[in-house]
Amino acid sequence: MSALKKFGAKVRVPALSISVALLVGALFIIFTDLEVLGKLLSDPIGALSLGVGRAAVAYSALFRGAFGDPATIEKAFASNGDIQVWARALRPIVESVVASVPLIFVGLGVSVAFRTGIFNIGGAGQFTMGAVGGTLAALFFGGGVTPAPVAIFLVMLFGLIGGAAWAFLPGFLKARVGASEVITTIMLNFIAGQFVFFLVSNFEFIQKPPRIQPVSKELSQFVDLPGILPIASLRLDIGIIVALLTAVAVSWFLFRSTRGFELRAAGLNIAAAKYAGMGAATSIITAMLISGAISGLGGAIVAVGTVKQLSPGIAGSVGFTAIAIALVGGTRPSGVVATALVFGLLQHGGGLMQVQTGIPIEMLLFIQALVIAFIAAPDLTLGILKNPFRRRPRAVAK
Amino acid sequence: MRLELQKITKQFPGVLANDRISISVDKGQVLGLLGENGAGKTTLMNILSGLYRPDSGKILIDGKERVFRDPAQAIDAGIGMVHQHFMLVPVFDVTESVVLGNEPTKGPLGSFDRATARAQVVELSKKHGLHVDPDAKIESLPVGVRQRVEILKALYRKSDILVLDEPSAVLTPQETEELFDIIRGLAKGGTSVIFITHKLNEVIAVADKITVLRRGAVAGETTPKKATAAMLAEMMVGREVQLTVSRSKSKVAEPILQVQGLNVLNDAGGLAVNDATFEVRSGEILAVAGVQGNGQTELVEALTGLRLVDSGTVMLEKRALHAGSPREIAMAGVAHIPEDRNRDGMIKGMTVAENYILNTYHLPEYSKNGLLNRKAITAATEKAVKDFDVRTPSINTDIGSLSGGNQQKVIVAREFSRSVRLVIAAQPTRGLDVGSIEYIHRRIVEQRDAGAAVLIVSTELDEVLALGDRVAVMYEGRIVGILDAKEATRERVGLLMGGITK
Repeated sequence: MSALKKFGAKVRVPALSISVALLVGALFIIFTDLEVLGKLLSDPIGALSLGVGRAAVAYSALFRGAFGDPATIEKAFASNGDIQVWARALRPIVESVVASVPLIFVGLGVSVAFRTGIFNIGGAGQFTMGAVGGTLAALFFGGGVTPAPVAIFLVMLFGLIGGAAWAFLPGFLKARVGASEVITTIMLNFIAGQFVFFLVSNFEFIQKPPRIQPVSKELSQFVDLPGILPIASLRLDIGIIVALLTAVAVSWFLFRSTRGFELRAAGLNIAAAKYAGMGAATSIITAMLISGAISGLGGAIVAVGTVKQLSPGIAGSVGFTAIAIALVGGTRPSGVVATALVFGLLQHGGGLMQVQTGIPIEMLLFIQALVIAFIAAPDLTLGILKNPFRRRPRAVAK
Repeated sequence: MRLELQKITKQFPGVLANDRISISVDKGQVLGLLGENGAGKTTLMNILSGLYRPDSGKILIDGKERVFRDPAQAIDAGIGMVHQHFMLVPVFDVTESVVLGNEPTKGPLGSFDRATARAQVVELSKKHGLHVDPDAKIESLPVGVRQRVEILKALYRKSDILVLDEPSAVLTPQETEELFDIIRGLAKGGTSVIFITHKLNEVIAVADKITVLRRGAVAGETTPKKATAAMLAEMMVGREVQLTVSRSKSKVAEPILQVQGLNVLNDAGGLAVNDATFEVRSGEILAVAGVQGNGQTELVEALTGLRLVDSGTVMLEKRALHAGSPREIAMAGVAHIPEDRNRDGMIKGMTVAENYILNTYHLPEYSKNGLLNRKAITAATEKAVKDFDVRTPSINTDIGSLSGGNQQKVIVAREFSRSVRLVIAAQPTRGLDVGSIEYIHRRIVEQRDAGAAVLIVSTELDEVLALGDRVAVMYEGRIVGILDAKEATRERVGLLMGGITK
């Protein structure tokens, strides 16, 4: 198989899933529009054309919110390098990338666990505890206590440790007493959120003065992650670079290292891994530590760099979206990065769609859920491409 | 003709499973359908039983064309299937199992009429000479009797075309003989029987007519009178086959494996291996026979470190292995060809190369500073693929896409790539084609000739008798006898397999 064909075979199902999900989403927009429904019986053609128009407007807003407005971009080119105009033109796409940073981290994190056959649902909790680690490091070592690069390093290190520690517990329990990681990690997600609440409402050195809201101090006064774009008002910092480097590292670890080999073996066939003399308990704990560390690193970077504040809801829906991303991306680092970028575009574009058309951003959750459903049933998805009238064999001969 | 299949063709994606196959069976006739795994036997029977629709071709019953849209229509037409894996409810008794789905009823509420059902079952079993206790619970019955219940089930549904799919796979030789008597009796009573197998001797023993399938097509038809085993094997494989393993006399030297008073528990905590004591010497093959489920699996798992030893000792030369991990045992010079290659022996989703280094990846030759040495792995795998004649498009192909024979060759290549003192091979040729069986047997004998001790566990008596320099028989966890090859006749081993030690 040529490289191109191989690539095609890999992206066929995810690409098709996303397209079909958007299509079904459009139908949903059309048939939940009260005006369309009201006219549907008396004037079906008018109603449908109205609906299709509405969907087109919505998706156009989604697109402009995700990539930027073509008109503005044109203006930017004509502006002879006016920073303000350029910033406005590029802001949507940059913000989409910013939105994808946490998704990349947690997507990579849960992928490592999935590859080992562990269903780590605790991405959100590990992300949150990484944010706690990063925040505490910023408060202790930032603000001139240590040189800025050292402080940044410590923020990331504490993020890693926070996430890894939070993932160690379910890993250890699974390896030792066989406790289901699905249950323990979900529970730890809640505990992590409540732990943040406890921290940011009880400690003066953390809570934002005048200590009314349960949020931390503004972290940018302690540590600021350097931006990577020449336009200062665009907030894309080194977080994206760390995310991409992490993806490369994960890829290397999984496919080049002996430990990674063990984890993949355990994930695909635990009986054969035992037969080959690989320790199942070690694999489980290693995978969880790495998985949690990556999510935690993301938490620290997002809390300190993007949000610049720790709050109990810092993880948002990152944990669950990341599971979808890991599955859509085939738990392959390159796939995870690509999918996270697509989901980042959808998320940020969805914001503009909501503002301009009143279609709630929850619509995006619906589309994401559809993507997962289609990915989970590849035969169904590929079947859409095929002649639906041809009978397919029920099973394959041995 | 009672039943005739005409030019049945069935295409699956990438495989022509059945290519214009025509077979026929008369009233009261036994048709032996012979073929290797993958020859298309199962597909053909699934078509006959209404599970698949053929792409083209006809099914004729008493000369009239019939189309089966689902299994119920096939049953109505008189076709009864007895599957390799029985479909019985363990807690039901024989009567309930036989009538399940067609229960006689009484009263206005249609409640189960047990007395009638029991009488019907008793009458049916008397008529056909299928002796079973109608009140016995299924779980308490030996496998051979459960099979009779399955046959009764088919007969109860008025089947007079009986299809038996690999019926002897789970039986002792004596039970197989009894099954043949039953088949002959049924045929005499007018039932048509299609007997599917890959065992040459069985079709010669029981069939009136033999059809051989190869690669989805009919390779030939003959009768037991005209056929010889060698001829059938050739038809089945498409070339001349050596049916016996050629091997010189063993040069037995010092003991390598010594097992003393070994007790091993099964998953439920029961005693699976009960006080096993034996030794295997350098240059000899000890073959362990026994009907499946008599402790062989647990014995092998204990010897290879996959299962805890409850008590007793296992010594490999001077070294104690009974507390060793799988890796320690493998590194001590034990090659292990596992019983279930899909579960233990390989990882589908990984490449041939990755499977080749599955238990040696940690050695310095393949890894440095925690990273895999891809160059060395590629070179070693390329060589092994060539040496062991593994047919694969590339060493980076997913092992799951290879045929069973090639998968097993990768496993054998891996296990024999280390320096080997002891070979433990469990069911090393299960489900393989004749060509691969021949090859793997030869490789195992080579290890013996090179001075290794070999322990083979097999439920196929032919394999045990062909390979064993000595034959041990396991029954209910005990080693009930160890015979020299000279004394190990089919009858003696068969009796021991049934637990009869005299």
